Amino acid sequence: MVTIVHPNLEDTDAKMSARGVSVYYGDKKAIDNVSIDIPTKYVTAFIGPSGCGKSTFLRALNRMNDTIPSARVEGDIMLDGEDIYRSKMDVVQLRARVGMVFQKPNPFPKSIYENIAYGPKIHGLADGKDELDAVVEKSLQRAGLWNEVKDRLTDSGTALSGGQQQRLCIARAIAVDPEVILMDEPCSALDPIATAKIEELIDELNGRYAIVIVTHSMQQAARVSQRTAFFHLGNMVEYGRTSDIFTNPQEERTKDYITGRYG
Amino acid sequence: MSITVLFLLAIGLGLAGWLAARARAWTFRHESQTSRLAALPNYHAWYVALWIAIPMIVFATAWSMIAPQLITQSVLASPAADVLPEFGFKRETMLSEARAVATGAAPGVFNTDAQGLVEPYRNALSRYGTIGIIVTLLIGFLGGAWSFLKLKPDFAARTQVERIVMAILLLASLVAILTTLGILASLVFETIRFFGMVSPIDFLFGTHWGPDPMANADNPDASRYGAIPLFWGTIYIGAIIAMIVAIPLGLMSAIYLTQYANPRLRAWVKPALEILAGVPTVVYGYFAALTVAPAIRDMALATGLSNPSSESALAAGLVMGVMIIPFVSSMADDSIAAVPQAMRDGSLAMGATTSETIRRVLVPAALPGIVAGIMLAISRAIGETMIVVMAASTAANLSANPLDSMTTVTVQIVAMLTGEGSFDHPATLSAFALGFVLFLVTLGLNFVALRVVKRFREAYE
Repeated sequence: MVTIVHPNLEDTDAKMSARGVSVYYGDKKAIDNVSIDIPTKYVTAFIGPSGCGKSTFLRALNRMNDTIPSARVEGDIMLDGEDIYRSKMDVVQLRARVGMVFQKPNPFPKSIYENIAYGPKIHGLADGKDELDAVVEKSLQRAGLWNEVKDRLTDSGTALSGGQQQRLCIARAIAVDPEVILMDEPCSALDPIATAKIEELIDELNGRYAIVIVTHSMQQAARVSQRTAFFHLGNMVEYGRTSDIFTNPQEERTKDYITGRYG
Repeated sequence: MSITVLFLLAIGLGLAGWLAARARAWTFRHESQTSRLAALPNYHAWYVALWIAIPMIVFATAWSMIAPQLITQSVLASPAADVLPEFGFKRETMLSEARAVATGAAPGVFNTDAQGLVEPYRNALSRYGTIGIIVTLLIGFLGGAWSFLKLKPDFAARTQVERIVMAILLLASLVAILTTLGILASLVFETIRFFGMVSPIDFLFGTHWGPDPMANADNPDASRYGAIPLFWGTIYIGAIIAMIVAIPLGLMSAIYLTQYANPRLRAWVKPALEILAGVPTVVYGYFAALTVAPAIRDMALATGLSNPSSESALAAGLVMGVMIIPFVSSMADDSIAAVPQAMRDGSLAMGATTSETIRRVLVPAALPGIVAGIMLAISRAIGETMIVVMAASTAANLSANPLDSMTTVTVQIVAMLTGEGSFDHPATLSAFALGFVLFLVTLGLNFVALRVVKRFREAYE
């Protein structure tokens, strides 16, 4: 049943690949038989109308669905060729390698410094205070937040503005040096200026991390991604280069969605 | 003439006013040729009924408090009162005997001198009874007439009725507060009397407690009201031993129930735990006195201690701790559950384990609520009476050994109030001073706890 998924994509170095993945909530099938390769060097966008399963599929990629008792995943999801559901890799290691940023900024009610230091501490990535300081600074710099917060690292993370909070969450994800960053509608709670900053940041992070972003905004998908997958009613309808999907969609449903006929 | 009759009158007259006003309001509808009155007929009816009944009830209540004094005064003014002694116990008994006979509560007088007072009493009773009824009725009619005359098609009866109802609700909520203030005032008054006899410094800082209710001017005992051993016993049993039991167990059960237990188990265990809070404390007292205390003494004997106390602080503290578990766990449960799911997801998505998430994110975030719960639990524990009365001793020992017998503030309050001392003896009055200190401490704890909870709530809303 595994077929060639994307005949139109020449680069094959997939960071993650899913084969025949279905996700159930109890008896309800939320994702039906999705196969996709997530490229290492690009930003991949998942688009589709609400309730199409794109967030569910995203959460399957780092096993966040495990926290929902009724959720069940079928099929194979590989990270560098290793099955994340059945291999020896446990969920702690997986999530250290596949980080996640959520729809609503969710900094911990701790200081900015502690927010970033949290991941390195639990994974034992930094040895001593100096190394930890360095990790915190590097992460905040990569997230473009360092200059804004360097003088108030002890302030609470929740005291920042919404856009800053979201960049803090991205910095927090970066701090554990992941290979993949999953972003679940990271800008849906932000104003246009904060959104522009996050998009700029995604551009800068592109290439260093494999990034998957779920978005409602087709303009955003067009701006930040190089690959786009269109989901509808639990199916992945079409997947290809972002430019192809937006200018020359192969499927009728994709065309209808992109031209705004529904969704 | 009893207050019940006056109340029934008020209700009857109110009902009459209600019906009359409603009938009147209906006629407005026909006369004014419009179905649009400013208020429904029922509101007119209630307006009149409330204006009749409330003043009557208020007056009847006040009258029932004033009348007995007026009656006594008129009896004392009568010539028959000359037989009464000037003051003292006998005078009071004679008066109450005569009153009992006059109202028919007693068949005859025991003290023949009181016989002469019966007749004046009877007269005064009937006179003031009649006055009461007449004035009450008058007030009812005045209220009824005044309100009835205000009824017009465009009279906003609904607004008026709602305003009256609001005032009634306000009064209801004030009752509890005013009662508390009254209790506090009486406590303060008796405490001041006590401190007139015993220096506050001796009381608050003295280390020897041993009031003698039989002491008098010939045999003063001012040096024996040092309450430090009681405060220490209270803190040791209620805030130390009990909390050593309740905090870890309560916290762990809250963590298990919110984070690990499957929903079906949680649905069963959480209510069961909360039922524990409803067990009467006297039942815990039995358990402490009859089961735990002897077991602890036996264990102490087995480890080679000679002559251990059968009323150890440990027994009372352990059982009290168990009693407190539901308070700690239910507050901790609520505040952990109130931490947004996003925090938990954020931590798990970083690759933290459930236990790391609990220790490093959930508990710190919920800490204000947990601390507040603990403070409420402590204030509950140090005010707790029944368990310590049954399981702790009355010996005021200043000791850090949990196997020693100790006593608490509440135990001593009970002992002093039920003791043999007369009411104005410092030993009895010391109960009020102890109660006052206890009141201040628990008030302070509750105040701080509620402030903390409030700030914590604001953090997420």
